[in-house]
Amino acid sequence: MEQLKLFTYIAVFGSFALYFAIAWWARAKSTSDFYVAGGGITPMQNGMAIGADWMSAASFISMAGLIAFLGYGGSVFLMGWTGGYVLLAMLLAPYMRKHGKFTVPEFIADRYYSKTARIVAVACLIIASLTYIIGQMKGVGVAFSRFLEVEYDHGLYIGMAVVWVYAVLGGMKGITYTQIAQYCVLIFAYTIPAVFISLQLTGNPIPQLGLGSTLADGSGMYLLDKLDLVVTDLGFKEYTTDNMGGTLNMFAYTLSLMIGTAGLPHVIMRFFTVPSVKAARSSAGYALVFIALLYTVAPAVGAMARLNLMNTIEPVAGQNLEYEARPQWFKDWEKTGLLKYEDKNGDGKIQYTASKETNEMVKVDQDIMVLANPAIANLPNWVIALVAAGGIAAALSTAAGLLLAISSSVSHDLMKGVLTPDISEKSELLAGRIVMTISILVAGYLGLNPPGFAAGTVALAFGLAASSIFPALMMGIFSKRMNSQAAIWGMCSGIGVTMLYVFQHKGIMFIQGTDFLGSLDPNWFFGISPNAFGAVGAIVNFAVAFAILQFTDDAPKEIQDMVDNFRSPVGEVASAHDH
Amino acid sequence: MENKTSYWQENLRLIFICLIVWFVVSFGFGILLVEQLNEFRLGGYKLGFWFAQQGSIYTFLGLIFWYTKKMNDLDKKYNVEEE
Repeated sequence: MEQLKLFTYIAVFGSFALYFAIAWWARAKSTSDFYVAGGGITPMQNGMAIGADWMSAASFISMAGLIAFLGYGGSVFLMGWTGGYVLLAMLLAPYMRKHGKFTVPEFIADRYYSKTARIVAVACLIIASLTYIIGQMKGVGVAFSRFLEVEYDHGLYIGMAVVWVYAVLGGMKGITYTQIAQYCVLIFAYTIPAVFISLQLTGNPIPQLGLGSTLADGSGMYLLDKLDLVVTDLGFKEYTTDNMGGTLNMFAYTLSLMIGTAGLPHVIMRFFTVPSVKAARSSAGYALVFIALLYTVAPAVGAMARLNLMNTIEPVAGQNLEYEARPQWFKDWEKTGLLKYEDKNGDGKIQYTASKETNEMVKVDQDIMVLANPAIANLPNWVIALVAAGGIAAALSTAAGLLLAISSSVSHDLMKGVLTPDISEKSELLAGRIVMTISILVAGYLGLNPPGFAAGTVALAFGLAASSIFPALMMGIFSKRMNSQAAIWGMCSGIGVTMLYVFQHKGIMFIQGTDFLGSLDPNWFFGISPNAFGAVGAIVNFAVAFAILQFTDDAPKEIQDMVDNFRSPVGEVASAHDH
Repeated sequence: MENKTSYWQENLRLIFICLIVWFVVSFGFGILLVEQLNEFRLGGYKLGFWFAQQGSIYTFLGLIFWYTKKMNDLDKKYNVEEE
């Protein structure tokens, strides 16, 4: 245990020293540096930075755990959070880069020649990003408190201080280079344990292949067949076919995550940092390469963790583990309250089944799977320490990206764009930093006092982006005629419908929050869960906008010319980066 | 102007092709047709399950790079390449 603690300190503080050094070396000197890193990041670097920006504590810590318990149903996260990059690369990124502005609301303001549109976009952006940050700050707090063995609130304060130093100092330039380092840390931390575990279970070191291989225990059985057999024996649904809430829900959920991904402003902003339209297209490809490295390993991590857990509790069918003989990791996680055992039949052994009456593993929190995985598989301490540093890197990098999106939308869009257009570059930079500081304090406060709807916040972030920003951007690029009234009403009704639905079920989600299957409810409209409703909101947005367009005038000639202009990689740029 | 229109038309055609493939591998193979495809195997993977958890992601990657390459060719053809 002492050795583990030492390794953890080395891994976590070593990686911090690296981030600080980078933030100092690449600190921002101008607004252009601060918002878009001077526009000079290469596609490969940008891809890595997007990877770190995109892969949050949810991807690193929660996703494989979700897949472990949802099985096939967990595919919505895998497809949803990668498929959005196809949309970004083809539908949004190149044209928005060509237009050459700093922020997403700025693009909307130009395209829809309207300050109202800009303010609506800023509102969506702030709500979506802030709700997302709360989750990240919580992730930082949990990771610090667990691995450094400090109180949760102390862990959170450390995290806030670290984010503040490099986000406020560095701006986009510092954040980009720090995120590249964070990507490297998190991907090593994720794949190394996966390689070890895959090797242990199947003899194949590549987890993506290991998942489709036979087991190394001499049975000659495929890993997934074995897992199906083990879970169905205990009454759980078959791992490889368990579809979460039915086909329609899976469809809507995947679609919602895909367009939510393409509409999240902190990701879109990244495409403004590359030097050309060409680079914007290939950036999306590189980003997906770096994301796919983690996302194709995650299903293997999930399935193998589930199998290891099952095998630990019931090594041979009918011969359950004695509670007294439970391994050290079991005891460690019991202390956190995320793993709970209750000897219902009084035989001193652990029964883990699907039935509420006989199941004695009364709580197995899905978030512990990735963190506990190396210990379950008896991997060396330095691997466990590496996972700690990786989880923290994932949470910090996403929090920094989101903070930048918020600060730029306030200082650049609200202040420079609407309220105080005469502001100097220096004051704008200062305002950006002040807004960032305030956002960190707000996020920290909400991380300490999480709102009741915490479970729904990520859904809300994706739902908002999917139902408001994505359709407005897409119509702005692909329909020349689209006018400001139609776009504004589209955005408002899309968000409105989505928020209404999420809030309507907020109470239900809150009460069932402790239940393992609480996120599924047969009473939902057409069986679509609130997390998946962003897709419906987006359809409403498109429908309302096109309906209103029929009764209103087309966008003016000069706007249509502007659209023509950003559809082509060359030609006059609306206004240069350094305006 | 003529050139600009046909450049955009060709771009739209490429996007359309890509999005069909995008839809078929994820929503088609991964969700709507998953049961039928699960009758087939790819090593230890059921085929539909493989598309949902592995295959669709690899296809997305291929799609973006293919589109990028095609668009670079198109930029050359219409002489709208950036310096």
